[in-house]
Amino acid sequence: MSTKIKINSQIFQDSNNVYYPKDEAEVSDLIRELYKQDSPTEIIGNNSKSFIGNKTQSANTTSLSRISGIVDYRPEELYIKVKACTPINEIEQVLSQNNQELAFEPIDFGYIKTGKSNKGTIAGYLSCNYAGSRRFKVGSVRDHVLGFKGVNGKGDIIKSGGTVVKNVTGYDLSKLIAGSFGTLVALTEITIKVLPKKDSSKTVIIYPSNFEQIYDLFNKLSSSSSEISGAVFIPEQSKDKDFTSKKNSVFKFNDLKSNISFIAFRVEGDKISIEEKINNLKKELELNNSDISTLDVYQSEPFWKKVNNLEIYQKTEHNLIRMVIPPANGSKLCKHLENNHNYFVDWCGSLFWIEVNSKKEEKIKDLKKMAKDFGGYLTVIKTSSGYDYGEAIFTVDKVRLMISEKVKQSFDPKRILNPGKMYRGV
Amino acid sequence: MSEIALPKIDNSILNRKIEIVKKLSKLTDRENILSEADELRPYETDALSVYTQTPLAVVLPENTDEVSEILKYCYSENIKVVPRGAGTGLSGGALPLQDAILLGLGKFNKILEIDYENKCVVTQPGVTNLGITHAVQHKGFYYAPDPSSQLACSIGGNVAENSGGVHSLKYGTTTNNILGVQMVMMDGTICRFGGKSFDQEGYDLMGLICGSEGLLGVVTEVTVKILKKPEVVRAALIGFPSIKEGGDAASEIISSGIVPAGMEIMDKALIEATDNFSKAGYPRDAELLLIVELDGTDSEVNELIKKVEAICKKNNCSSLKLSNSEKERLSFWAGRKAAFPACGAMAPDYYCMDGSIPRGKLAEALLEIKKLSEKYELPVANCFHAGDGNLHPLIMFDGNDKEQLRKTEEFGSEILKTCVRLGGVITGEHGVGIEKRELMCEMFNDNDIQQQLSIKKSLDEKNLLNPGKVYPILRKCAEEGRVHVHKNKDKFPDLPRF
Repeated sequence: MSTKIKINSQIFQDSNNVYYPKDEAEVSDLIRELYKQDSPTEIIGNNSKSFIGNKTQSANTTSLSRISGIVDYRPEELYIKVKACTPINEIEQVLSQNNQELAFEPIDFGYIKTGKSNKGTIAGYLSCNYAGSRRFKVGSVRDHVLGFKGVNGKGDIIKSGGTVVKNVTGYDLSKLIAGSFGTLVALTEITIKVLPKKDSSKTVIIYPSNFEQIYDLFNKLSSSSSEISGAVFIPEQSKDKDFTSKKNSVFKFNDLKSNISFIAFRVEGDKISIEEKINNLKKELELNNSDISTLDVYQSEPFWKKVNNLEIYQKTEHNLIRMVIPPANGSKLCKHLENNHNYFVDWCGSLFWIEVNSKKEEKIKDLKKMAKDFGGYLTVIKTSSGYDYGEAIFTVDKVRLMISEKVKQSFDPKRILNPGKMYRGV
Repeated sequence: MSEIALPKIDNSILNRKIEIVKKLSKLTDRENILSEADELRPYETDALSVYTQTPLAVVLPENTDEVSEILKYCYSENIKVVPRGAGTGLSGGALPLQDAILLGLGKFNKILEIDYENKCVVTQPGVTNLGITHAVQHKGFYYAPDPSSQLACSIGGNVAENSGGVHSLKYGTTTNNILGVQMVMMDGTICRFGGKSFDQEGYDLMGLICGSEGLLGVVTEVTVKILKKPEVVRAALIGFPSIKEGGDAASEIISSGIVPAGMEIMDKALIEATDNFSKAGYPRDAELLLIVELDGTDSEVNELIKKVEAICKKNNCSSLKLSNSEKERLSFWAGRKAAFPACGAMAPDYYCMDGSIPRGKLAEALLEIKKLSEKYELPVANCFHAGDGNLHPLIMFDGNDKEQLRKTEEFGSEILKTCVRLGGVITGEHGVGIEKRELMCEMFNDNDIQQQLSIKKSLDEKNLLNPGKVYPILRKCAEEGRVHVHKNKDKFPDLPRF
């Protein structure tokens, strides 16, 4: 069957006009045909993160969800090669049989959308490049990609990278693909670095009294050689009663007072070294006379899952902002956010998740200006139903936009793949 | 070494040398321009010294605006530009061209800001890799990537090559350790990617620039991440009676869940060469030597050392020494770090190769290299970053013997093809440069290379920045039947090929 006939057939396309190519060759045929017809397509996987980004203006939808399955897993070589839309759950399950994991801690965006887990696929994670709490220690999704295969906007199958950690052969396109929201290639295969799981973990809770103290603690934590692998600040925010009760129920643990502001930091490793690190940190942070508590492994693991599932924002109907700034400016931002927005801080003071209760663009505009002034950026991850898109949901400057357009042109000259998903013209 | 094809020389540029030098001296201080034959000689080559070319002129700008003005001028006049850091690259990435300006970043040698609160250092690109660590070590911090040339190589060059080092399994390469760059494009546009925070959203242009070998822009500022030094670092020096047993032990260490800070393997030839040279006290009866370095807190390191010891004993190690002091740990590394000069002492010349292979294929690779060594009648010694699979065979030869030169090149090329066949790549950390250009077709097909060339074209449409590097010359690839060329026309006739 020719691609043209296939494209119009019921096998290839369901009643909602969604194409379901079943392998790389079909993806290539389909995109080549769309390229000829100048007909753009939205690219989706399992739809778990498709709400992030602008709405694409395209007549077609291509689902890569059938391109799934593990191709090659080598625990001793610390990599796994999978077809692009292999579900994260499937990958994590296989890795855990060998006591390994995806160290960047995938965020489960299902909770903010529907209140339930929906981790989606590895291609989705690579396309968004959003890493969880361990990021400041182990790197983001982009730091774990070793190579990929995919189809560019002309229908050509291309590859980059390989299966080895050290590789400087040609441009590092894996990095470019990370966070490109499907606008450069339709991914078909991904090789990702995996790491051994740590034996155990514990989380120490501190109840600080002011923002200066919070950032002093964050600074001491990130300056310590007793490495931590997660540090969040959850503020009290007593003004919004609904949010407070949600927060208290999400973080309801035996050894945690969730009704007041707290910092939580995680230490991972074998049991002896965990104790050693915690003792070192208590000294370095001068915590010996402070009110602190410790979550054992049975509380620590679910605690960090709840953080990475963004459970305090589950089913949020407001705008949800992800802002990243250099940590030295964090206490100033906290002061601004206090009493204005519901928020929490991850990545040892650098990543802010902020809920903005407004349909209007002004508040987001203000926050974006602040992010830029502080040397960072923000993304509107989830928009409220009436959001007017007056303020762009990504942060980009003129020069980077100009270069992004050129890069887009080199992969996808007719803008067939996810046009407008990130920026107008890209 | 043998003749290498370079982009066609533009004689009109050569003829305009005086005018060009005059114009350049308006864009930067006259003293920053070198154009006399004796001034140009030191810049004729980088650390791949077998290839030499005299540049049209050398320009040593002092700030980003000057770089921008110089590039803008060269862009408008179609003058090629070859950027250069410290000139320590091993793949000829900074080899000059006769009709090109060599743009040296040597005067960009200042650290601009040390920001402990944000755990980063903002630096000019000409600062050495080790210079960054020296600037922050009094507070217990360091910059993690440690290429063996770290004393001399510049951070700008590290960005261009995405340099690694012995600790890259645990701590990553340059791309994982920088937060931002300022760069000037060929048309003079100054741009900034990233900053002091993680994961700038949008296309990861910093990730694209890192490892692009000076083909996409000239980096004028780098923001690097600094880390706190680990509390305890210890090393183990382990001898094995066979390559297989040592290789298996290295694989088992990784699959047992240990991520060593560094893990190095040396073969018998290199054990002898380095021990003769540096008197490191290596076990000379061993067929293979494994150095494993572990870091962390005191109890963590002791626990890991015990595990490593058990694995090595299980794999029949013939000797095992653990470092009990910092002095002893450094003595374990002394031989390994002297690997290159040790080979230099054994033969008039040596040629260092740089492939990556999957860890588990080490025994197979070394056996294959041994066979090739017999075939070409040239001695070879091997060191291997076992943590990350980076293999450095050092071929020893006499550069005055033309036949040996030719054989050395062929031998090297066969080693890299073997790496690709075993599932690896042709360069782990030295870059493609001029040296491995024609081998790109071993790894990439026509589509892959065309995509990369399209990116090059989109950011440097006139192909003026470092032309002739990294990507194969069409004629050569076609001759070897790797790129499909139909009726002497390639698939994208509009793309510049060189």
